[in-house]
Amino acid sequence: MRAIVQRTLGLAWVVPALVLVGVFVYLPLVQNLRFSTLEWDIYSGSQEYIGFDNYRKLLDDPVFWSSFGNNLLYAVISIAVQVFGALVLAALIEGVRSERWRRGLRAVYFIPSAISLTVAGLLFYFIYEPSLGPLNHMLRAMGLEELAQAWLGQESTAMTAIIAMSQWQGFGYSTLLFAVAIQRIPSEIYGAAAIDGVGPVRRFFHVTLPLVREMTGLMAIVTVSGSFQVFNEVMVMTGGGPNNSTQVLGTWLYRSGFVRNDFGYAAAIATVLFVITLGIALAQLWFARRRRVEW
Amino acid sequence: MVSRLSFLGVIVRVFMWAFLIGLAVVVLYPLLWMVLSGFKTNAELFGDPFALPVDWSFDNYRKAWNGGVSGYLTTSVLVTVTSTVATVFVSAWAAYGLTRVQIPLSRTVTALILGGLMLAPTVALVPLVKMFQAMGLYNSFWALLILYTAFRVPFTTFLIRAYMIDLPREVDEAAEMDGAGRWTAFWRITLPMCKPIITSTVLLHILFAWNEYLFAMVFTSGSGVQTLPVGLTSLMSRHGTDFPVVFAGMVIAAVPVVLLFFLGQRYIVRGLADGIGK
Repeated sequence: MRAIVQRTLGLAWVVPALVLVGVFVYLPLVQNLRFSTLEWDIYSGSQEYIGFDNYRKLLDDPVFWSSFGNNLLYAVISIAVQVFGALVLAALIEGVRSERWRRGLRAVYFIPSAISLTVAGLLFYFIYEPSLGPLNHMLRAMGLEELAQAWLGQESTAMTAIIAMSQWQGFGYSTLLFAVAIQRIPSEIYGAAAIDGVGPVRRFFHVTLPLVREMTGLMAIVTVSGSFQVFNEVMVMTGGGPNNSTQVLGTWLYRSGFVRNDFGYAAAIATVLFVITLGIALAQLWFARRRRVEW
Repeated sequence: MVSRLSFLGVIVRVFMWAFLIGLAVVVLYPLLWMVLSGFKTNAELFGDPFALPVDWSFDNYRKAWNGGVSGYLTTSVLVTVTSTVATVFVSAWAAYGLTRVQIPLSRTVTALILGGLMLAPTVALVPLVKMFQAMGLYNSFWALLILYTAFRVPFTTFLIRAYMIDLPREVDEAAEMDGAGRWTAFWRITLPMCKPIITSTVLLHILFAWNEYLFAMVFTSGSGVQTLPVGLTSLMSRHGTDFPVVFAGMVIAAVPVVLLFFLGQRYIVRGLADGIGK
């Protein structure tokens, strides 16, 4: 009896965390599912059960699909730059002989990841600005006048411009993590490769790449997950415009709920986001578990 | 043959260094441009964006500071400090409970707390707004403190727990033999042993709270409760024609976290690597 009491008392250690996570993370998730079945006007306060109508509306909403497409584009480009590009870059950096240079380069590349996406987004808003922005000035100075344009102001370039900013902001972060993974490779393996006369390119493909495979998988998963949660940079740089061409699921959810006052519909978009991010998270869990078995 | 190879090697090295240095310029130049633009007048900025400021005056900084940035900065510091303290303590307690104390259903509790890692804040946005409106905490400092803590407890607990698992148990068992209670053992022995990971989690939480935008934007609308990221965008809409003031505000927002990164680089890298790799 005393043992049971004592074990129950032990729960006191975890109760604050459980309550916080339960009330503010899990409960809203469940509520969201219920909200997504309502036609809900926040100002008049009227609520009406409409079943799956919000989800049906979703399927017919061209902006929902273009937002989804933008998230996908984000994911594809981020995988190319922040996973594969960063891996090659990390291998290049770790191949530098001077420890001071290695540390310096890693730190310099990371700086944009320390500053907020808001600051980075505003900064690139100005860089892309058609009249004062350095990008157009530079193009004109190079005689490429015809390439100077309103990068964020037209549908054809706005999304790519935002994604480019986000690569600038984020590649140093994944490069740093890959560098750590490469440092953890035992130096004897590289020594053995050097004795066998393996060149740097083959060494990358036959030694480095297989040995950081787990980190590459994890980075890919984290990157895709992040690509579906994009919000900050789009809000700051274009607000989803022009003509909704840069909407992503997060900003379309926000606009539907808080600007167009359609809470039920916003909740339906949130459910889609939940399914996607949960799926990715489960993949990560499976990945981490498999790795533990291997080691 | 040998000389040809090394000639090739030299070429490759030249290209590699050109690439690495070029990339560093691509990273640093926009930041430098931001800092320089904060010292310019509007006319200078529109004239030649590449020129150096004519007069290095702190006028724009003064304008930004008086135009709201001092308030945003105060709120940011307050939210960051309180949510860091709350998150780290709640997480350290939870990690201690999960690794050192026998509790009922411990596997379920672990899964519940760490499972929060999988959920994106955007998904909970609509119900959270309703909830905070009902509690009367909407548009308040408390909303951000609670949300920043609740959504970061899973990650922080994950890091501290992984560290505590690897700590030797003999020391705190010895303390208990000496009659010290669990509470004393936690504060006197376990927590001090966790100092490196606590430092990592503190720094990572500061970076998060200082830069967070989604919750800050949705849950605070009035002045007086806005943090820097949201404040900067409203500074932008108010000083829409006086851009150098906005640049000054951006520099004020960026400098503390960049400094923090350089001071605590070792701990930040360690926390990030453990957070993703374990």
